[in-house]
Amino acid sequence: MNAGRTPGGVPAVACRGLRHAFGDHVAVRGIDLVVERGEVFGLLGPNGAGKTTTMRVLNTLLPCQEGTVEVLGRDVRSEPMAVRRLLGYVPQQLSIEPALTGRENVEWFARLFDVPRRERRARVGEVLEMMGLAEAADRLAGTYSGGMVRRLELAQALVGRPTVLILDEPTIGLDPVARVGVWTRVEQLRAETGMTVLLTTHYMDEADALCDRVALMHLGEIRAEGTPAELKASLGPSATLDDVFRHHSGGAELDSAGTEKGGLRAVRSTRHTASRVS
Amino acid sequence: MTRAVQPVLWLVIFGETFTRLHAIPTGRLPYLDFLAPGVIAQAGLFIAIFYGIQIIWERDAGVLTKLLVTPTPRSALILGKSFAAGIRALAQVVVVLVLSALLGVALSANPLDILGAFAVVLLGSAFFACLSMTVAGVVLRRERLMGIGQMITMPLFFASNALYPVHVMPGWLRALSAVNPLSYEVDALRGLLIRAPAHLGVDFGVLLLAVAAGVTAASSLVARLAR
Repeated sequence: MNAGRTPGGVPAVACRGLRHAFGDHVAVRGIDLVVERGEVFGLLGPNGAGKTTTMRVLNTLLPCQEGTVEVLGRDVRSEPMAVRRLLGYVPQQLSIEPALTGRENVEWFARLFDVPRRERRARVGEVLEMMGLAEAADRLAGTYSGGMVRRLELAQALVGRPTVLILDEPTIGLDPVARVGVWTRVEQLRAETGMTVLLTTHYMDEADALCDRVALMHLGEIRAEGTPAELKASLGPSATLDDVFRHHSGGAELDSAGTEKGGLRAVRSTRHTASRVS
Repeated sequence: MTRAVQPVLWLVIFGETFTRLHAIPTGRLPYLDFLAPGVIAQAGLFIAIFYGIQIIWERDAGVLTKLLVTPTPRSALILGKSFAAGIRALAQVVVVLVLSALLGVALSANPLDILGAFAVVLLGSAFFACLSMTVAGVVLRRERLMGIGQMITMPLFFASNALYPVHVMPGWLRALSAVNPLSYEVDALRGLLIRAPAHLGVDFGVLLLAVAAGVTAASSLVARLAR
């Protein structure tokens, strides 16, 4: 695993004391997070841990209630537009337009990112090529397989040449071959462009395969942080990330009131995404 | 084409019947002629209200989330969607125009008038699409939104001058009609299509203001849908 990160200088993402509540429910309890430029950083944790909420404050979908969040030095509160220009985002849910072709889907986002008209065709072609969709580009996106849909979504996020790529559960609902396909391309991207990648996942094999560093979240807090190797070593010589995960999330997902979290709603939305992608 | 059924019913059944009854005083203007612009506006209204709903929910939850993270301003997204609704409404306009002509309504033959009518329906429908997107941003649940959509379409139609002239309305209805953008849309359509006396300047002004207000309201609430 190359540590392509370049510490020093402005970090890709810097959170300090980030706190977010939905009414009475506190989803994120004052976390500090630093993602260096060029690294692949994984935010891990069980359902309901607060990973997606953290992600959404980072990418300006949710307002920053408490604490500070900066993306490449830009504050999400005072400069949300500047932040959005730097980001590429692939949400967990299906987000392509099935009635358009693959190419049209990417062209649409090229426009939304103000890619100059002269460059648009070339960039769209480039990005589709990178994602292995050049041949299928002129077919309707609705005919694509689950893995192809994910790669198309990546293409849409990349056409704007983002500096930071944010992936929310990038391989959920994909078969093993498709998963490896996505991983290979993320690796390739990072190697070729030095892009910073921030992803959330609850697949430990994904974290192990892709991430330079990870942070494990549980019940709104970061319980552990470091390289996958460091975290595994802290538990023992033959520990896996799964063991680390279980160690920090206490097996069953209980919240402070002792009731099981990551309940129906979280599972239902995960299953919903998974079924639509396949 | 199934959406064309409602306007057809209004024109053919309601329109023809009430023309014969002479129940609604429209001066020298045959009632059917008076009604046709109202039916055109209503067809647009119907489409716009439900387009706003459909657009927000159908698979767009994922797309909308992504759209909101691009550097495109929310107002641009909303404006785009509302005019898309307007364009859809235009298809209905053509259907009702053709139908009206077949039923003998004395429509203006001037292409500028027809274009003007298109512009009016585009603006009016854009406003109503914004209205439903705003409601979507408030209620956030599809069932409530469908319910509200159905609930407001008919009152909006009846509390306007689509079916009857303002001067026969009781005071309270007149007041409602005066704040209903549909009335201004219908008034403009009457002026353009059947050459009835109308206040085109005021009508366009109100519609433009309504769209501006609608876009502002919908833009500020749209982010709530992606949460």
